[in-house]
Amino acid sequence: MEAFTSISSRTVVLPRTDIDTDQIIPARFLRTTSREGLGQQLFSDWRYLADGRPDPEFALNKPDAVGCTVLVGGRNFGCGSSREHAPWALLDFGIRAVISTEFADIFRSNALKNGLVPVIVDDATLQWLIGHPGAEVTVDLASSSLRLPDGRAVTFPIEPFARYCLMQGVDQLGYLQSKNAEIAAYEQRRAVR
Amino acid sequence: MTIAKTLFQKVWEAHEVVPQTSDTPAVLFIDLHLIHEVTTPQAFSVLRERGLPVRRTDLTLGTMDHSTPTRTEQVFGGAPISIESAAKQVRQMEINCAEFGVELLNLSSDLRGIVHVIGPELGATQPGKTIVCGDSHTSTHGAFGALAFGIGTTEVGHVLATQCLLQTKPKTLAINVTGQLKPGVTAKDLVLAIIGKIGVGGGTGHVIEFRGEAIRALSMDERMTVCNMSIEAGARAGMGAPDETTFAYLKERPRAPQGLDWDRAVAHWRTLVTDEGAVFDREVTLDASRVEPMITWGTHPGMVAAVSGSVPASSNDPVFDKALSYMGFSAGQKLAGSPINVVFVGSCTNSRLSDLRAAASLLKGRKIARGVQMLVVPGSQQIKKQAEAEGLDRVFIEAGAEWRESGCSMCLGMNGDTVAKGQYSVSTSNRNFEGRQGVGARTLLASPLTAAASAVRGTITDPRDLL
Repeated sequence: MEAFTSISSRTVVLPRTDIDTDQIIPARFLRTTSREGLGQQLFSDWRYLADGRPDPEFALNKPDAVGCTVLVGGRNFGCGSSREHAPWALLDFGIRAVISTEFADIFRSNALKNGLVPVIVDDATLQWLIGHPGAEVTVDLASSSLRLPDGRAVTFPIEPFARYCLMQGVDQLGYLQSKNAEIAAYEQRRAVR
Repeated sequence: MTIAKTLFQKVWEAHEVVPQTSDTPAVLFIDLHLIHEVTTPQAFSVLRERGLPVRRTDLTLGTMDHSTPTRTEQVFGGAPISIESAAKQVRQMEINCAEFGVELLNLSSDLRGIVHVIGPELGATQPGKTIVCGDSHTSTHGAFGALAFGIGTTEVGHVLATQCLLQTKPKTLAINVTGQLKPGVTAKDLVLAIIGKIGVGGGTGHVIEFRGEAIRALSMDERMTVCNMSIEAGARAGMGAPDETTFAYLKERPRAPQGLDWDRAVAHWRTLVTDEGAVFDREVTLDASRVEPMITWGTHPGMVAAVSGSVPASSNDPVFDKALSYMGFSAGQKLAGSPINVVFVGSCTNSRLSDLRAAASLLKGRKIARGVQMLVVPGSQQIKKQAEAEGLDRVFIEAGAEWRESGCSMCLGMNGDTVAKGQYSVSTSNRNFEGRQGVGARTLLASPLTAAASAVRGTITDPRDLL
């Protein structure tokens, strides 16, 4: 996992609320045994026309979106299934942070484990961002803040442990393995009960 | 004096290997890890890369359901699986389970089925357990008083390697359901009404406990339907306290405790109730007697109305407009009588024997309307066998429906069973998201009774018209 300290980018905006994981990556693309290459299918049903050509009206297809690493989405982003293919597809496309007022629990958990930062902001900030697509913002993990073009910094909540792992670029399995003695003791207690 | 605790708190605390601190999440022990072919290949790859074994093969159970075909010849090898990528996933699942020593109910197993159907059916799902699976509808198992939730593939790897997960303690939400459901109104209608009330993000960050007279009156199949859709309200999990109905369901199931162990287990399970005076972070109350047969009209499960009702009146909400445009409905339109093309009875929400019986009770002696395609897909191979022993398959086939092998099928359009673009599908599944059942498919979520009634008329139909 790539370490995340701070990124600055123009935003690409999908103002819809309740963007579900079936939109982020439809189920028919989950018939894979790898985690690579899913960016091609990101938002597939919204991104491509019936003949397979990119829809020029869709935000991610506009020339301005090239190189953007910060996505702004409406409330309850990532609702629906547990598919980790959703953050994999976003990352493979080049997105490193998603800004919304609220994230679905499993999507948020999956995002944090892959180096995709879910940035939770208040509604006024979200509405401002939706109204200003392409705004230059900075997501800074050290200060847990989102810096807006006017210099204002909006702090966002993130668990210290998840932040540590993101900033170090380490996955959480190593930490769990370090608790092996405690796990073994727990198993022992349960076995004799 | 002991502190009054909720059911959730009791199960959570019993599984804390390392409690949560201000800096670190809790290490939570997992009692049952269910795995399937779609969300595990990348997790097994991580184990392989790091040279790690599966820590507790005895607590891990594999099945195949999501990308698997439902046509008999493809399931049992008379013909190849028509989708090459699905065939590859199935093969990879067999390789992974064999290599790591995990029990797999493969395509030829008569115990195979949808992951959330077979856990309870085998008696592996039990009160007080922590149960996870790389599937959001794992909340189904909460019907037994288990703490059950969906996880991502990275976490599947964590559980395979350590039998534990890092978890931050969620909040609790009590949903008190008073009164009784009226005839013709089902658990599916109830949970759709609940989601309509609290919204698709209404449960985010919370574990729901479903409580009250109406919940206690439900069968286990019905409780599973309710808990199954907790995730559609955004909840981390949904639970219900175990009771005599739970114990009667589990008794003598092959993987339930037997003999003296059974008595000990039941004595423990009886303690898994929310104590008098325990406090939930939030509470919501709903009167079951006011719930009508429900159907969704939009593109998420919170966009729902009574079958006898209408699409809401126009608003200035672009999300509402977009949903109606996708669905081809107009604001204020009456729902009953609107034409449909496809009916799907199946999925982890409504594919159990009682669901099939309900649909068959309406179809017996009737034919589905001309031009309507109806697919009935049992939740497991055992349910299929039981249904056939009762002659339900004959009822469906004589009515003009197709009867398939078990699997997720048309719920999520990744196994060859899809709804065509623009078609209306009355479906007993759990999600009506855009494209969920196929590109451009228009899904209307409803109960098995409403689905069967709509199949007969070829239009959205209140089942009470035909009962």
